[in-house]
Amino acid sequence: MSKLTKHWLPLAFALGALAAAPAAMAGKTLDGVKSRGQLVCGVHTGLAGFSAGDSAGKWSGLDVDMCRAVAAAVLGDAEKVKYVPLTAQQRFTALQSGEIDLLSRNTTFTLTRDASLGLNQTVVTYYDGQGFIVPKKSNIKSAKQFKNQTVCVQSGTTTEKNLTDYSKANNLNIKTVVFEKEEAATAAYFAGRCISYTTDASGLASIRNKVAQNPADHIILPELISKEPLGPLVRRGDDEWFAIVKWTIYGLIEAEEYGITQANVDQLKTTSQDPVVKRILGTGEDMGKLLGLDKEWMARALKSVGNYGEIFERNVGPKSTLGLPRGLNNQWNKGGLMYAPPMR
Amino acid sequence: MTPKSPPRKSSWSWRSRAFRGLVYQVVALALIGLAAWFLWSNTLTNMRVRGIQSGFDFLSQPAGFSIGESLYPFDSGESYLRAFGVGLTNTLRVAVAGIVLATILGTLIGIGRFSRNGLVRALCSAYVECFRNIPVLLQLLVWYLVLTEVFPTIQNAWKLGPFFLSKGGLNFPAPVWGPGELWLGAGLAAGAALAWGWRHRARRQFDLTGRARSMFWVPLALLLAGAFGGWLAGGASTVLDYPVKGEFAVENGGALTPEFLALLLGLTMYTAGFIAEVVRSGIASVPAGQAEAASALGLDRQLEIRLILLPQALRVIIPPLTNQYLNLTKNSSLAVAIGYPDIVSIANTAMNQTGRAVECIAILMSVYLTLSLLTSGGMNWYNARVAIKER
Amino acid sequence: MDAASPSSADWRPVAPRPAPRRTEGAWPWMRANLFGSWQTTLATLVLGGLLLWLVPRLADWALLRAVWAPDLAACKAMEGVGACWGVIAEKYRVIIFGRYPFEEQWRPLAATVLMVAMLVASCTRPFWKRWLVVLWAVALAAFFALMYGNTLGLSKVETDRWGGLPLTILLSSLSIVLAFPIALLVALGRRSNLPAIRAFCTIYVELIRGVPLISVLFMASFMFPLFMPPGLTIDVLIRVLVGITLFAAAYLAEVIRGGLQAVPKGQVEAAATLGLSYWQTQRKIVLPQALAMVVPSIVNSFISIFKDTSLVSIVSLYDLTGALDLAVNADANWKPFKLQGYFFIALIYFLFCFAMSRYSRWVERQLNAGRRR
Repeated sequence: MSKLTKHWLPLAFALGALAAAPAAMAGKTLDGVKSRGQLVCGVHTGLAGFSAGDSAGKWSGLDVDMCRAVAAAVLGDAEKVKYVPLTAQQRFTALQSGEIDLLSRNTTFTLTRDASLGLNQTVVTYYDGQGFIVPKKSNIKSAKQFKNQTVCVQSGTTTEKNLTDYSKANNLNIKTVVFEKEEAATAAYFAGRCISYTTDASGLASIRNKVAQNPADHIILPELISKEPLGPLVRRGDDEWFAIVKWTIYGLIEAEEYGITQANVDQLKTTSQDPVVKRILGTGEDMGKLLGLDKEWMARALKSVGNYGEIFERNVGPKSTLGLPRGLNNQWNKGGLMYAPPMR
Repeated sequence: MTPKSPPRKSSWSWRSRAFRGLVYQVVALALIGLAAWFLWSNTLTNMRVRGIQSGFDFLSQPAGFSIGESLYPFDSGESYLRAFGVGLTNTLRVAVAGIVLATILGTLIGIGRFSRNGLVRALCSAYVECFRNIPVLLQLLVWYLVLTEVFPTIQNAWKLGPFFLSKGGLNFPAPVWGPGELWLGAGLAAGAALAWGWRHRARRQFDLTGRARSMFWVPLALLLAGAFGGWLAGGASTVLDYPVKGEFAVENGGALTPEFLALLLGLTMYTAGFIAEVVRSGIASVPAGQAEAASALGLDRQLEIRLILLPQALRVIIPPLTNQYLNLTKNSSLAVAIGYPDIVSIANTAMNQTGRAVECIAILMSVYLTLSLLTSGGMNWYNARVAIKER
Repeated sequence: MDAASPSSADWRPVAPRPAPRRTEGAWPWMRANLFGSWQTTLATLVLGGLLLWLVPRLADWALLRAVWAPDLAACKAMEGVGACWGVIAEKYRVIIFGRYPFEEQWRPLAATVLMVAMLVASCTRPFWKRWLVVLWAVALAAFFALMYGNTLGLSKVETDRWGGLPLTILLSSLSIVLAFPIALLVALGRRSNLPAIRAFCTIYVELIRGVPLISVLFMASFMFPLFMPPGLTIDVLIRVLVGITLFAAAYLAEVIRGGLQAVPKGQVEAAATLGLSYWQTQRKIVLPQALAMVVPSIVNSFISIFKDTSLVSIVSLYDLTGALDLAVNADANWKPFKLQGYFFIALIYFLFCFAMSRYSRWVERQLNAGRRR
């Protein structure tokens, strides 16, 4: 081998390899999920009632059930989900980069998130508001008594901004202590460093019942200082996947409206004559084909997690540990805001 | 017969070292350029595909969040740039205080390891071994836990004179800045000039006559006298803002939050362990013969330390000491774990609210780089000043 | 015969001189070291008094009245009076192994023991042979096979379940092992005559050394995904590992550069007269001398990287520090005893780092045996 070849050939090879770098993949999420055989779902690191993993590695919660419903609809098996626990800071970059397919992590829908982060907001699965938790012995009855007080909050969430807006609007001069991790923030509150901790009211209920030593020693103040519509998000640029996730969740809500439960799915598949029910369960028109799925998609989702009402009752409802009332999360014809567009 | 000169080597051949060097550099630059272009184009593609906006224009937007503690007042309507400024002053606050305290503590412990008392030696060794072998993040978390658990609630705050100590932090009476303070500043400057003049004259007198004059106490007294005189001239009208215990908070006065205290304590004690080792190795590096020769010349202990041991020890101490100062400044970034709003915490919040991860991290890295360069530049200047002029 | 010389009758036995004051032994040591002068005596009294007051109380809290069994009621009863080490007995598996599946925890245990054994073996003389590199490759392969599974009948365990002590050891060892070749090249590049290469290496080292590790970790977890072609995703563990490796390489490069500077210039000149090329000189003459000189500093770098892996808990990888949060934060019953958990982890870190610093000092003594007074 001549000296020239010895020196130049490996060089050319290296340059060629670099130039042949993988071309930009179009990133069709549905194809990716199907070929992987698994849905990668971004969830909370541990929020009881919404997404929490026990020591055996089993995840449960409202957000987790949404992931399972989508997995059942797309892949046929609700267990084919990989849960990636994410902090508030990591969640958006994880979704943007393609590390996860679906972010189901009680994330508030805002204009900034919809417009400037390259994400799409699907369906509100929980209408919430931001509240405060205070120790009972502080005798504080309203958030307006927080003049010059310190409030603990987690960084990377809408709560920081809302708290500042509220403090300014009511002239309270609240001092915020901002922590990177939620556990550090709640630990500081329970140690007495701050007079209050603020986050979504559902999160407060979860913390009070699971993390507080004596739940009765803490009360959640009645004021909700902001609107916090929570729901799953997907990446922008993939309308097909966006439609699939959106309509899976709408299907769960519509199923409750029409009385389809986890228990009676099979029975209604054979016996029901209602055209709406037949469309949802796939025995009538094939709605799944329009989305790129098969016709049993909604039936499978309902069989694995139940309808929206069942999901709510199981995870955060009055009989669960969180004990939250349906309130705004009830069906539209029962006084709540859950209104699914018709599936036709 | 004249010998023929050897044939000239063509400078473009592979046998020429200069040519080979040139080729290697061109290739290296090309590879690096290719890699950089690859990363850059991917970043641009990704940002465009995902609709992520970029640019530094967000710095002029209102921040929308408030900051728990700051050296000067910050309102949530002010710009992100000002928020970053607050973060920077918070970082500097803890870094400067930490460097000063850690140097003092570390030097004492380092010298303590040469003490004649066996108990002092053992305690200093134990301190160094203990605090150097535990990660600093863990130490910060423990300090924060202890400070928030052990201190009483604000209602039952410990009171020591005008000071309050509670979970809300340390509250102290703070001076209110009035016009008289300008005179104080002028007096301080005058005192500093007098002190410098005294030291200069004392050094010259020592060189000429050999009579040593006080180089520390008299200049310090001059400095304080100048400040005091300036304060008197300003009308001696300093008003102290005393903290008053309210129902849920201690109002007025100055406050040091538990986050700041935990960060300061943790960083100081951790870095002091390293500085003690640096000082010890510096003192140990001076050959024993130097001290022996000094006593043979009849120098007393004070002069021996100041003229013989310290200059030689400082030569060995200053570069690693610079490293420790830089480490302390960089370790202050861990404040984000215990809720102290330093610049990393502010950049984090800004990153989350605007989504501009690349820009915020770039700002963060350039701030720390600048601080590192300033610190090492300052220490290099000091090093050059105390360097022994060798042959 | 001289009249003045004494006769044998004038001999008188001289009284025996008193025995010399002992300088060895406990009491003479105390006299010299604790009560040498009045200042020393005062210091001894003050410090000794302080210790005598403090140590029994500490021993009481930590050992005598402590609760060792994982009994929640007993712990709560002794709160404030005795330490509750029961929290360790209850939660030690989560603290040490993170979220690894319970039944399979023998695998990270075996992997950790293997890695620690490799590290200890690499430090002893009999192992300093060429086949150590091969042995390391085999050990690393075995480590990953044990942890990840999916071969030899072991079930697959994804990297997000890895945590605790195995993760700490993995991150620190792997990053040092991978950083070493990079650091070598960068150190050589910094001393090279080619200005472009020297500039690039200098910029790299100064840039990385000037920023805190946490910003490098943030960059790794937030920005690396943006640098990759769309559609290509990298495991978060690998991203963090790359970040720590680049960080470690910059510091190691400075350490190696110090060693390179200390090799006398005559060595390089002699190699040139022998006709050795640049790379031959480095490989055969310069590097063996330079690296031998800086082995203690390299061990110190390893100690600081080992401690710095605790920072990955901020980017939500559950190493030893993060695993404690996992174990205790979600469980309201054991949460008041978190301080004891911190002490336990501090003890583990202390044992590892202390052992490594003792080793570093041993190596230093071996190398400087010729220079000791």
